[in-house]
Amino acid sequence: MAGSIALTPEQMPGPAAVSERSRARREMLRLLVRRKAFIIGSLVILFWVICAILGERITPYDPFNAFFLPGHQPPSPAHLFGTDRIGRDVLSRVMVGARDVLIVAPLAAILGVVSGTLLGLVMGYYRGIVDDILSRLVEAFLALPVILVALLTLVVLGSSSIVVICVVGILFAPIVARTVRSAVLSERQLDYVTAAKLRGESGLFILSQEIFPNVLGPTVVELTVRFGYAIFTVATLSFLGVGLQPPSPDWGLTVSQEYTNMISGKWWPTTFPALAIASTVIAVNLIADSLQSVLSE
Amino acid sequence: MTGIAEPPPQPLATPPPASAAALRVEDLSLSYVVRGIPRPVLRGVSFEVRPGESYGLVGESGCGKSTTAYAAVRYLPRNAVITGGRILVAGDDVTKMTDEQVRRFRMHHASMVYQDPGAALNPTTKIGPQVAEAFTVLGQNRREAHASALRAMERVQIADPERVFQRYPHQLSGGMQQRIVIAMALASDPKLLVLDEPTTGLDATVEASVLDLVRKLQAETNAAVLLIAHNLGVIRSICDRVGVMYAGKIVEEGDAAAVFEQPKHPYTLGLLRSLPRRGIRKSQKALATIPGSLPQIGADLPACVFVDRCPLATEICRTVEPPPFDVGPGRTSRCHHIDRLGEIVEPAAVVGQDTVQGDLALTLANVSKTFHQSGHDVPALVKVDLTLFDGETLGLVGESGSGKSTLARTILGIESPDVGGEMELDEHRLDARSMQRPTEDKRSIQMVFQNPESALNRGWTARHILARSVSKLTGLKGKAVNARVDKLAADLRLTQRHLDLKPRQLSGGLKQRVAIARAFAGDPRIVVADEPTSALDVSVQAAILNLLSELQTENKTSYLLISHDLGVVRYLADRIAVMYLGRIMEVGESENVFHGPNHPYTEALLSAIPTVDGEPAARIRLEGEIPSPANPPSGCVFHTRCHRFIQGLCEVTEPPLIEVEPGHLMKCHIPVDELRRLQAKARQEDVVLTTPPEALEAAAAIAADDPG
Amino acid sequence: MVRFIARRLILALVTLWLLATIVFIITNVLPSNVGRTILGPFAPQETVDALNEKLGTNRPLPVRYLESLQGLVTLDFGDSFVSGKAVLPQVVAAVGRSAKLAGLALLITIPLSIAAGLYAARRRDQRADRAIVLLGVTLSSIPEFVTGTILVVVVGVGLRWLPVLATAPDNADIPTQIRFLLLPAMAMAIVYFGYIARMTRAGTIEVLQSDYTRTALMKGLTTGQTMRRHVLRNALVPTVAVIAVQIGYLFGGIIAVEKIFNYNGMGSTMLFAAQHKDLPMLTAGVIVIGIVYMLATLTADLIIAWMNPRIRLEAT
Repeated sequence: MAGSIALTPEQMPGPAAVSERSRARREMLRLLVRRKAFIIGSLVILFWVICAILGERITPYDPFNAFFLPGHQPPSPAHLFGTDRIGRDVLSRVMVGARDVLIVAPLAAILGVVSGTLLGLVMGYYRGIVDDILSRLVEAFLALPVILVALLTLVVLGSSSIVVICVVGILFAPIVARTVRSAVLSERQLDYVTAAKLRGESGLFILSQEIFPNVLGPTVVELTVRFGYAIFTVATLSFLGVGLQPPSPDWGLTVSQEYTNMISGKWWPTTFPALAIASTVIAVNLIADSLQSVLSE
Repeated sequence: MTGIAEPPPQPLATPPPASAAALRVEDLSLSYVVRGIPRPVLRGVSFEVRPGESYGLVGESGCGKSTTAYAAVRYLPRNAVITGGRILVAGDDVTKMTDEQVRRFRMHHASMVYQDPGAALNPTTKIGPQVAEAFTVLGQNRREAHASALRAMERVQIADPERVFQRYPHQLSGGMQQRIVIAMALASDPKLLVLDEPTTGLDATVEASVLDLVRKLQAETNAAVLLIAHNLGVIRSICDRVGVMYAGKIVEEGDAAAVFEQPKHPYTLGLLRSLPRRGIRKSQKALATIPGSLPQIGADLPACVFVDRCPLATEICRTVEPPPFDVGPGRTSRCHHIDRLGEIVEPAAVVGQDTVQGDLALTLANVSKTFHQSGHDVPALVKVDLTLFDGETLGLVGESGSGKSTLARTILGIESPDVGGEMELDEHRLDARSMQRPTEDKRSIQMVFQNPESALNRGWTARHILARSVSKLTGLKGKAVNARVDKLAADLRLTQRHLDLKPRQLSGGLKQRVAIARAFAGDPRIVVADEPTSALDVSVQAAILNLLSELQTENKTSYLLISHDLGVVRYLADRIAVMYLGRIMEVGESENVFHGPNHPYTEALLSAIPTVDGEPAARIRLEGEIPSPANPPSGCVFHTRCHRFIQGLCEVTEPPLIEVEPGHLMKCHIPVDELRRLQAKARQEDVVLTTPPEALEAAAAIAADDPG
Repeated sequence: MVRFIARRLILALVTLWLLATIVFIITNVLPSNVGRTILGPFAPQETVDALNEKLGTNRPLPVRYLESLQGLVTLDFGDSFVSGKAVLPQVVAAVGRSAKLAGLALLITIPLSIAAGLYAARRRDQRADRAIVLLGVTLSSIPEFVTGTILVVVVGVGLRWLPVLATAPDNADIPTQIRFLLLPAMAMAIVYFGYIARMTRAGTIEVLQSDYTRTALMKGLTTGQTMRRHVLRNALVPTVAVIAVQIGYLFGGIIAVEKIFNYNGMGSTMLFAAQHKDLPMLTAGVIVIGIVYMLATLTADLIIAWMNPRIRLEAT
């Protein structure tokens, strides 16, 4: 648009292209950091990451050993979150519970996003028969209810972290593929792609060097969103009993073990892990939302 | 049989009435608040429009003309703040109205016509209810509104309004859509009618009839008309008076013809001199350019907003704002140095040259291209024969559906022609698909796109864009690539600083220069330029055209220039081909084509396009729509709109190729001498030629057959 | 329009076939030994072999595949490993019960979400809008079993407003049934509020910025008239699409909710089947839900297409 930076030919030669790129990145980070949502989200995630990494070293009590019988003591200064039915400190278990979720869910998300992006790039660029066939496949996968299929697969293959990661990852790929595909489709009709073809660039070059960098933005946002969904799904699967197995202090599993006790008034062993799950997913979504706003500016 | 209509309408001569002005803008200042900082867009705009008068606001992007127009109807975005002044419409101050008052104001006193009529209509509602709504809002009941709507549609010259009533917007052509919008706007018999670029985006022949309609309606109503346009020709053809805007101020104001003939402000002067006017050609002189570039929107500017680019600027211009000096009856100009305008000389340089026909570079023989779309066959190109010589510019002119873009893409190899067509480059066969061509051929034919925004990869720096093209097309490596990039940059007047930037940080003109440099990366024989300056501002366009001429003279490159702007074509092109519905109707040396005798379509086209120099001699208004390429008329495809239609001949047989003079060919049944006589007669007489009813009936018959 | 419908139907059938194939692969190709998977690692080999014989898993894959397709077409999904009875009727009945719950959830959430989305769109970037978006993002992030848990603790146990177990006594009248289903329905409604509200908001904002909205306002219509006549029908198009997609997710999340509230719907049936490795039951469940999702999206596509005059009037 005429009216943007007015440059006169007399100006001195400026910085090289490389530092222009890093300056843009720094500018983006600066914008991100100013957003409250991003700060809150990042702090929460950071907290849980620290819990996950340091684990037992920073918990007030040992999460696995039942020390404090009788069980089900309500929250008190000694046990901030109370104790569970066999006398384990809930706070310690909640802190360590972060570990399993924060390993399995991100890996599943990464698997889903990487495979989905590749799929979406190919579908969006080559179109034609390839796109038609793959689109049918994507639609078929999208019709599958994620939890149910995960349930089925975990029954067939047994509950292990690897299976959970693979199932959730593969089931996420089609959704990511769809987003990436539509981003590629809109890039593809821009003239610079035609210009690339006119100088004889191969399809692979155009996809990787020309188009992909421009769809990176939406892909990164999709990645963060998928993180949230992955945590959501992995927690639900643990809750249903087909994810991680006892005595893991995994949050979903804890809720499923303790929720029947809610009716008799013992709310703390259930509520705190539930809140932990909620806080993590909300935090990730806040980050994703901030990223999306910043990238679209 | 030629069709003759009533004499052309005269623009209303406006005796200054004693009554209040219909629109009066007093010292209006407006800012947009962006990220908390107010950026001034209008800096004290003052003008007035009397009832029955038409006033044009003209300027380049960012000058504030649209903002002024929308301010007059109080349709501004939420972050717009009026920081001073007022707007009076029939005495009421629009800026002080409450929301409800604004609504009533829009209902009764002000109406608007928009740039993109298709988008301005609700796509999921039929036309009838939308037009009727303009009347129900005024209090009429359903039956009355229905009748009023039909009458309104007749008034805007829509034949068969009942049928159009039942249609959806997407089923109407652009011209028809705009007539509907105009009909809705006039429903309330407003005091103020604002038109925002009403014909941008319409085909030339359609634009002409819409402009005629606006003139006719203007004469009938007593509304004050405010027209916003960047095209000076449109302003000249409609408006009595004009205000030239720059950076949020009106720098010159006055009678339209007077201002355009004798500008009294350096900016207006620069603007007019940068246009290819009165048929000048590249070999006669370079176009004047205005140094520097348009200021950023909302930037802080010195007292005279134009000072940074003005050749007459002195100290006083920076500190004292020039008041509107009186330079004639009803004319003002904001410049301290009006008396020194004569000092601004036209450029003496000549950068283009008339080509001496060299070797044959490109030949197309019997090239057709048919698209297959869900059952229909759409012939976009039909048996095209074309030659292009070294170092010459061939201009391709035509409206939508003419096939000019398809022709360009076929030559480039983006589309492949149907079997039977042959393309030859330098005596050897050119492969249909670009992918299959050897690198040598790929280098030889390159393209400059219309939209510099999408033509450059926004993630790459300019240097990377050029370097990649150079290395891919020439096979050079390392330092040689850098050397070539530097040379290209120098040729296109790009600095090292520019090269390090990304497209987003470059202005439109600079982006287009990078795009042109990229096209020249491999030292091409032929460059296809598809509307290379259409997306650019007028002052920027001149620089690009000069650069193109220069590059052509230096490198002996041939250009295939596609443009809807006949001024640009006449300036740059050595030969011209006129296309209609995928066929070449006329081809010849540019001066011969512009002089005549012409194919009737060319004649109509030349007559349709409004120029800043005033109305063309002959007045020809084609009726009817451009036929769909999927369902072309029989015989001569132009017969359904031709004002020289001969019944019994034109719709039956295809016209032969006749030679007007050596190198000038056309396809018409009418003998050359007869055409010459008739066209000379049309130029002398003051009548409007239009499509005869027999031709329109033939069009209707074809449309009835069309299932689509 | 007819051509459009025909085309979509054919595509849907292709998708259904692919769906069935995927499920077949999971249940027949993935496990190295079906019998072993069902009986577990400790069962004696003879029992495993006998089971494999009975299930016919020793036959070549193509045969079993064709048989499964045949079963799909004739709607015969086999017998449950646990009860021995035909699987499909049980699944359909269970889905029906879940549909009551899901239906109530949608009934609660759709009007609220759309209203919230419209409200937010009209006050774009102001506090109300930001609050609604934030609320939407937050609520849609919380898994249903978490919301369910919190609702039980707060509303069911703490405040004692509503019953905690979702199954009403037999032959209860509709209002009573609704009273029992209200808590779990709310747990689900809360999650989907976020998606639908945001999609409505996005669609409405786009329409509000369109040129034809401008035309309506310039004619002098009130904002109310503009919203009713021009904005709504165009803005709700993306909302219809997202609601259809949510129906698919609904039947996933419902499993957790049914567990917490002890409701004998499809979720509980599937969980039970999973715990007992009842593959035919699980297979039938997946396919039936898949079909439900496909029908929902097909209906949504048809509604959207019908609303678009370009497609509706498409010449055959």
